[in-house]
Amino acid sequence: MSTALLAELAYWQQTGIRVGAGLASVLLIAGALVYLHLFKAVSFMQSRLGPMEAGPYGSLQLLAEVGKHLQKEDIFPRKADRFVFGAAPFVVLASTFLLVVVVPAGPDLWFVDSELGIYLGMAVSSVSVLGILMAGWGSANKYSLLGGLRATGQLIAYELPLILAVIGVVIQAGTMNMADIVYAQANGEIFGLGILGNPYILTQGVAFIIFLIAMQAELAQAPFDMPVAESELVTGYMTEYSGMRFLLFFIGEFATAAVFAALASVLFLGGWYVPGIDPDAAVMNVLGPLVMLVKIIALTFLIFWTRFTMPRFREDQLQRLAWKFLIPIALANIVVTGVLKVVF
Amino acid sequence: MTAVSSRRQLDYIAAQAADARVNLEIETEGMTLNIGPQHPATHGTLRIVAKLDGEQVIAAEPVMGYMHRGYEKLSEVRTYPQVTTLVNRIDWLGSFANEVPFILAAEQLMEVEAPPRAQWIRTVLFEMSRIANILLFLGDMAVQVGAVTPVFFAFRDREHILNQIEAATGGRFHPNFDRIGGLKDDLPKGWTVETKQVMKKMRSFCDEIENLVMGNEIFQARTRGIGVVPADVGLSYGLSGANIRGSGVDWDVRRDGTTGTGGLVHNEVDWRVWTHPDGDSFSRFWVRLQEVRESTKMVDQLLDGLPSGSIMAKVPRIIKVPEGEAYVETENPLGVMGYYVVSKGGLVPFRVKIRSASFNNMSITPWLLTGVYVPDIITILGSLYFILGDIDR
Repeated sequence: MSTALLAELAYWQQTGIRVGAGLASVLLIAGALVYLHLFKAVSFMQSRLGPMEAGPYGSLQLLAEVGKHLQKEDIFPRKADRFVFGAAPFVVLASTFLLVVVVPAGPDLWFVDSELGIYLGMAVSSVSVLGILMAGWGSANKYSLLGGLRATGQLIAYELPLILAVIGVVIQAGTMNMADIVYAQANGEIFGLGILGNPYILTQGVAFIIFLIAMQAELAQAPFDMPVAESELVTGYMTEYSGMRFLLFFIGEFATAAVFAALASVLFLGGWYVPGIDPDAAVMNVLGPLVMLVKIIALTFLIFWTRFTMPRFREDQLQRLAWKFLIPIALANIVVTGVLKVVF
Repeated sequence: MTAVSSRRQLDYIAAQAADARVNLEIETEGMTLNIGPQHPATHGTLRIVAKLDGEQVIAAEPVMGYMHRGYEKLSEVRTYPQVTTLVNRIDWLGSFANEVPFILAAEQLMEVEAPPRAQWIRTVLFEMSRIANILLFLGDMAVQVGAVTPVFFAFRDREHILNQIEAATGGRFHPNFDRIGGLKDDLPKGWTVETKQVMKKMRSFCDEIENLVMGNEIFQARTRGIGVVPADVGLSYGLSGANIRGSGVDWDVRRDGTTGTGGLVHNEVDWRVWTHPDGDSFSRFWVRLQEVRESTKMVDQLLDGLPSGSIMAKVPRIIKVPEGEAYVETENPLGVMGYYVVSKGGLVPFRVKIRSASFNNMSITPWLLTGVYVPDIITILGSLYFILGDIDR
């Protein structure tokens, strides 16, 4: 929230609004994605209907699922490291909430207007690795351990192309501030044509594709779902979790997908900007979140479409993809972007 | 990585790994991973004890018998017609195919032969149960390598073929339709026309799977060169069916059978046996896909040439099988299935020995899984295609 909107409120009121908005923006969007993509879109791809009974057209199914998980017993395996095992889902979820902090949804709709916005975002997104490793180790289960280690190796490997893809955008925009990246895209022009602005998907197309692939891997969705590979590791690091804590992992998975999609839409699709409307106009505080939501839904649809179409890579194959293809291409992209930035 | 195919090579790898450990002065310890008895990839209760070094398998051993139901022993207290009810449950995805070799063995002992129409319909149902069985494999293999969607398509299209089996026999899964000397009933009216349409759907499903799964680069990367079975090793472990044809051995009991294929009429129609020279997981998948196509062609031709006449030979009302012994094997969906039936003359068999395909196909796993990575265990098991009921009986 911009300081102008909140200036006359007390500190605790400001904090309350921020926390409430953060929870709402993460949980509501994650819930919407679960319903739209996991329950419905995927069902139609697999020639079935998906949930139909709970609520009109199955729309309350998610509430039923949450209710079910809350009632379940919170089981700790006998040999588990109780503290590590119990804390792991919260660490994973904390990473998601920290990530949402940097994403602006309108000219005045942001949590932190940091000059280092995207830098901060990339840094806190790595925290989830810690949570996953904790879950894998704390469960005292061999499947969990294998899954946790695989996840760690994978997330670290794909962090690099993710960040390198972002650097191209940062060079072109000349700023790390997320809101300024949106303004740069809105005011930019391609070969003198400024009608569309310059959404960086056009000039940074290579970086966008690398970002999407690395995002898929960061989210551990197929074809990069080796850490949770349900046909071999049961569900990897989540194997021993039940009830509430499993639900936290589940929310974390979808909320992180939503937040990464939001990042991608800010970096490459122009964020809350739509051609023809001044991105700084007050009306964008209302329209902006809706525009963002549409972009997030489109991008996450892409994620889940891929997830339910592709078989999964083996661990060594996906490492090879990261180190031998994505990182060199991303580096080349940075070089080309830098040269062009100097030339033009 | 391709599978380490010789023991010597493996010893070399182990020695290298040991050297590396000493040089690094870090002691690593192997881990024993129990895959199963309850595990999503074993579709049943198979257990594989795998000794791991990191993600590499040093030794693997299948433990069978969690689902042993004692059908061989139970058969000794069932009359001959009652035994088909039991053996239906061996390979539960292609049930009708289990009844056929037992009935053929009994017919051989009683020296009766089913009338031509019964033999042709029997062959049609035999091939249809093969299609129903392998369709699910084609979808399931994709699940094993991580693609969730194809299996839903497989279930969707298998429904058509199960409907046809149900229309003809009254049972979707366990038809229990084969009788000594013929079949229980004739085909219902209009069945042949509908079945031909279903066969068309099956062929288009095969094309769909070919595009969706087999053409996928990731699927190829996961299956090509993984779990290579050389022809001689496969033969010495007693592999059969598509598993051995995937290694380039041109052998199909439907065509080359010597014992008692009298009751089936595969030789009357035009079809071919497909083999693949590679011997890896991909080639086994490929051979099965071609087999479904051949089966649909076979069913089409059989339905065109269906002879008229009765469907039951003259058989006494109470079946007593004269003293003697018979062994009949047929090419079932999972491989060669044989029944060795010993009769002392009476209402019940004295001894029934069942040679089921999956049991032999599984026996190669200790050799095959040594040296592969954990994800490949699942791919290899999936491509060997076993059904738990067929392993444990």
